Amino acid sequence: MKHLLSIADITHLEAVSILNTATELAKVSDTPMKKLPTLRGRTIVNLFAEDSTRTRISFEAAAKRLSADVINFSSKGSSLSKGESLKDTAQTLQAMGADAVIIRHGASGAPARLAECQWMSGAVINAGDGTHEHPSQALLDAFTIRKHLGHGREDLEGLRIGIVGDVLHSRVARSNVLLLTKLGAHVTLIAPPTLLPVGVESWPVTISYDFDSALESLDAVMMLRVQLERMNELFFPNAREYSRYFGLNSARVKALHPGAIVMHPGPMNRGLEITADSADSARSVIVEQVSNGVSVRMAILYLLLAGDTSIKAGN
Amino acid sequence: MNTVLSAQDISRALSRIAHEICESNTGSQSMTLLGIPTRGAHLAFRLATLIESIEGSSVQVGTLDTTLFRDDLRLKAPRALMATKIPPLGVQGRTVVLVDDVLFSGRTIRAALDALGDIGRPSRVQLATLIDRGHRELPIRADFVGKNIPTALSQSVRVSLTEIDGVDEVTISDLVSS
Repeated sequence: MKHLLSIADITHLEAVSILNTATELAKVSDTPMKKLPTLRGRTIVNLFAEDSTRTRISFEAAAKRLSADVINFSSKGSSLSKGESLKDTAQTLQAMGADAVIIRHGASGAPARLAECQWMSGAVINAGDGTHEHPSQALLDAFTIRKHLGHGREDLEGLRIGIVGDVLHSRVARSNVLLLTKLGAHVTLIAPPTLLPVGVESWPVTISYDFDSALESLDAVMMLRVQLERMNELFFPNAREYSRYFGLNSARVKALHPGAIVMHPGPMNRGLEITADSADSARSVIVEQVSNGVSVRMAILYLLLAGDTSIKAGN
Repeated sequence: MNTVLSAQDISRALSRIAHEICESNTGSQSMTLLGIPTRGAHLAFRLATLIESIEGSSVQVGTLDTTLFRDDLRLKAPRALMATKIPPLGVQGRTVVLVDDVLFSGRTIRAALDALGDIGRPSRVQLATLIDRGHRELPIRADFVGKNIPTALSQSVRVSLTEIDGVDEVTISDLVSS
């Protein structure tokens, strides 16, 4: 693995090795000394051309715990907002000696472009590109699911996971479908037909338009944010109707079978796709997802940057 | 390939090391054994069982992965991390006995000392190793050695343990030049 661009690129083995590495690295957060010397002297650039709280801070925390130097770079307040091209930005980063670039971009495929071209030589990590993929989020979701429901197993064989809501605009859903099914889980997409992408019937998933009937068979419910900022037409009649049919409320949380968990990649629209009391219920692992995110991102940075980057990873 | 230690030799060596550890520590109360994965970890658990039977009281035993602290990380492809399990009483103010299978350059032990320093401040650190094959690259020595085996740099020493390899033995072979 030289880059982490999409879940589609990684094998079952690589995914499991990232999760196992994250399990070990998670223990570091429990020790009084939360810093490892592993990536000392490496420079990591956070290049965020789209807004983000969790992902950027999480990658920054992960890099700092491994002693890497982090340079934050967002479109606001940089020359990206003056219209500088990706190529010029990349060449600038290369000139500064960046060993890795963590990129979030509104255009699907921007990280792949950065990785393929000869503009820079460092590793490229996709932190969300357009409506394409968000691999580190899927990995932290799989990590959280495995931790709660894996019973010591390495993968997610046989688990039933529901992904609910705005699948159409969700790169998180796309990466999760690929990763969770790769790890052996059975995924059900629950959404109004208008919020499912074209070609969804070819995905290895079950599709349901009825949240209540799908509910009781699920081991984990992953709520997706309704991405109002990407919606330039009407996808559902109104917010109240959407919440009634596809929102998670306390009645639906009660209908879940014991042991099932509630997830959300954040940021949440409380009151739209999830009510405040279900987001804060005992079933919810939403806050834990954030802390797991740091461990998983440490694992990604470790596996991409700690070794001799000219040798292909062996296992 | 030469077998230098048989199963019986290994068991004798371990039982002698266990006695020596007890002797130098006057009891096992303030002692923590930490094995370096993978084979050192199994040896640490074996030593703990032996010490428990000698002392008649339980011994704190765990594992310490040194990967993240190694100085040769950048020279090789990324390595998988092994489990670190620090026993409940921790290392603070205790005597820590590091256990490894083969002592060679000493670099793993240096990494282990760094890893240990991030967990706490032991009052004393000792080192037990089944094989000392020489060729140290750092000023590090073992307190307890199962067997000193003079080797050439071109040779490779392999410790096999029943827990992983199905058999207890130590072999030396000449590395195929690579």
